[in-house]
Amino acid sequence: MRLTAKILKKPITSALIAIVCGFLVAAVVLAAAGYNPWQAFGALFSGMFARPKYVSNVLIKAAPIILTGLSVAFAYKTSLFNIGAEGQYIVSAIVVTLLGIRLNLPAPLLIPVLLAAGMLAGGIWGGLVGLLKAKYGIHEVITSIMLNWIAFYLSNYIVNLPAFHQPDSTGTYPIRESGYIMLLPNWKRSPQGMAALSRIPWLREVMMRTDVNFGILIAVFMAVLVGFVLYRTAKGFELRAVGFNRDAAQFAGIDVGRSLLGSMLISGALSGLAGCVAIMGAAPHNISTLAAFENNGFNGLSVAFIAGGSPVGCIFAGLLFGGFLYGGQTVQADVGAPSEIINIMMGTIVFFMALSKLISTLADRLAKGSALHAE
Amino acid sequence: MKKMKKFLAVVLTLGLLASAAACSSPSGESSAAPSSGGASQASSAPSSGGQKTADFKAAMVTDTGGVNDQSFNQSSWEGLQSLQKETGAKVRYLESKQASDYATNLDKLADDENNLIWGIGYAMAGAIGNAAKQNPDLQYAIVDNGYDPKTMPSNVAGVMFRAQEPSFLVGYIAGRVTKTNKVGFVGGQTSAIIDQFQYGYQAGVDWAAKELNKKISVSVQYAESFSDSAKGKAIASKMFSDGCDIVFHAAGGVGVGVIQAAKEANKYAIGVDRDQAYLAPKNVLTSAMKLAGRAVEMVSKDAMDGKKVGGKTYEFGLKEKAVGLPENNPNLPKEVYDDAIKLQQKIIDNEIVPPYNKDTYGKFKA
Repeated sequence: MRLTAKILKKPITSALIAIVCGFLVAAVVLAAAGYNPWQAFGALFSGMFARPKYVSNVLIKAAPIILTGLSVAFAYKTSLFNIGAEGQYIVSAIVVTLLGIRLNLPAPLLIPVLLAAGMLAGGIWGGLVGLLKAKYGIHEVITSIMLNWIAFYLSNYIVNLPAFHQPDSTGTYPIRESGYIMLLPNWKRSPQGMAALSRIPWLREVMMRTDVNFGILIAVFMAVLVGFVLYRTAKGFELRAVGFNRDAAQFAGIDVGRSLLGSMLISGALSGLAGCVAIMGAAPHNISTLAAFENNGFNGLSVAFIAGGSPVGCIFAGLLFGGFLYGGQTVQADVGAPSEIINIMMGTIVFFMALSKLISTLADRLAKGSALHAE
Repeated sequence: MKKMKKFLAVVLTLGLLASAAACSSPSGESSAAPSSGGASQASSAPSSGGQKTADFKAAMVTDTGGVNDQSFNQSSWEGLQSLQKETGAKVRYLESKQASDYATNLDKLADDENNLIWGIGYAMAGAIGNAAKQNPDLQYAIVDNGYDPKTMPSNVAGVMFRAQEPSFLVGYIAGRVTKTNKVGFVGGQTSAIIDQFQYGYQAGVDWAAKELNKKISVSVQYAESFSDSAKGKAIASKMFSDGCDIVFHAAGGVGVGVIQAAKEANKYAIGVDRDQAYLAPKNVLTSAMKLAGRAVEMVSKDAMDGKKVGGKTYEFGLKEKAVGLPENNPNLPKEVYDDAIKLQQKIIDNEIVPPYNKDTYGKFKA
């Protein structure tokens, strides 16, 4: 009994339970709509893993989502709800694209400049929310939702500026090739590169057919770094203390306003980094007119929830989400079920993650019950 | 009690999140799509071989509009479906949610040994070009994009429409019907494709003005979007209050707002791409139809019959019956429709060549 209770209280357990529930609900919906759930899930997983290049594509898709997830999780630790990850992502994408088109620098200079600029842009966009919260107590959800829309329309405005708009397309010009962060982009297209790759078919497929890039490494590194900062440094302790109890933290001498501002700055910079990785890492290396939010930031919310707010957990939740988004296309193509089924699944998982409080309450009851029995 | 409150707060937050996500998702309602235009579509399909075709596989990748966009993605998919019905070919589609999905979706279809892979919309021109280079043994085709014949990949077919032809006809109709002698045009984003609509329309209005021996002015405005229907409504409302009584749009989802504005002002709008009368039966004068589905079906059939489709740009116009006016126009006076049909014959016979951009419009003599 006590063991069950202990297992139930582990965060990973509730995540797994939530994922299983997600699949169950999706299976019921699929069956009700007249599709074979097994076939659909089979298609989902074969769409993620059947070929090495699919796995590569999942990693490429996951990297920005892991970063926006981290962004949301980080803010959440200081009890801030960063629903503005979407907007922070967009402004970063704008800045990276504009500078990437205009700055004529060699790769070793351009890449750091773009990364810094994107993070700065996202940081400012997030910091603005933190500033308003710290100075005037305006709720971050309100301001960040509004800033999302400002970023959205700003992006569409910039895309249509004659200086950047690529004629007869819906987007801007792509950024300079020296700003790409793919793995050996020039070598793999060169004769020597092709010759070397032709000896290893799977590697060739992965290299030639997908934009293998450093995004996933950046994302994993940032997750570990964020975890370290939060749990192993004094600053991180301050931030978490503000999250646990703002008044107590203030009483203990922590500058709450500064912590809120700092937290949103870093959170925004993480979402900004997601924008950098997306633009610099994968085709088409530009921004195009948005008809609706692309959900890179909103998906980050779900990732952070599924991860239970844990930075390292975001890596796995982001991979799961990236895999579902990419593999979901196959469900549609092979089984004919609309790809919205993936959204239903993700929604269910997030829902059951929120219910995890219930599970831990249940675990408490169990533990209490067994303790009574023991007496 | 406190726990309960917390729990409630979480649930409410989630509800909010879910509704926010729902607002931001671009999927359109699929049920409202009528199968209009089917009559003119089905009537004159060219007979094809269709024997050795049972194992022919065709697939398409939508642009970010999705497969229920009430416009060319939907129409193209209807074209493939009708191909399947007639010939038993296997068809499928992949939807793109973001511009970065184009390349991965095209790549996925290449794995499935499709004989012909479609990209819908000029936004995908770059992605299709790359995919064609990577898979020289596969056939590709793209709607709404032509390539320079010299540099064009030999396994890509471009499909273009002479949209200026139906636009000319609706322009003529607008010129005949207007009482205020002021008509409007709302475009999406400036591009060679939308130029066809604008200048074809203006030339049509000029033609009617000359026939009636009066002056008709055309106000033109761009929404810089293909999706912002609120902006379409605002622009069209402004045009109506400035004295226009007919507004034509070539602006995708923006046009839904244009038609709404016409309904509210009780003036006329002219639809585009499909017969859009169902959006406001009393206020849609007619529509400049551009049947992407029919073109998709015809080119797919060519490929199916073993013809080489790559390396050239197909052009579809009134002659191929891939563009035109709807057959039923309840708001249109009979004699105007008949005159428009006479003009249509003149265009088919090359007696009138409607202009498709600024230069040709400058040279066009009404």
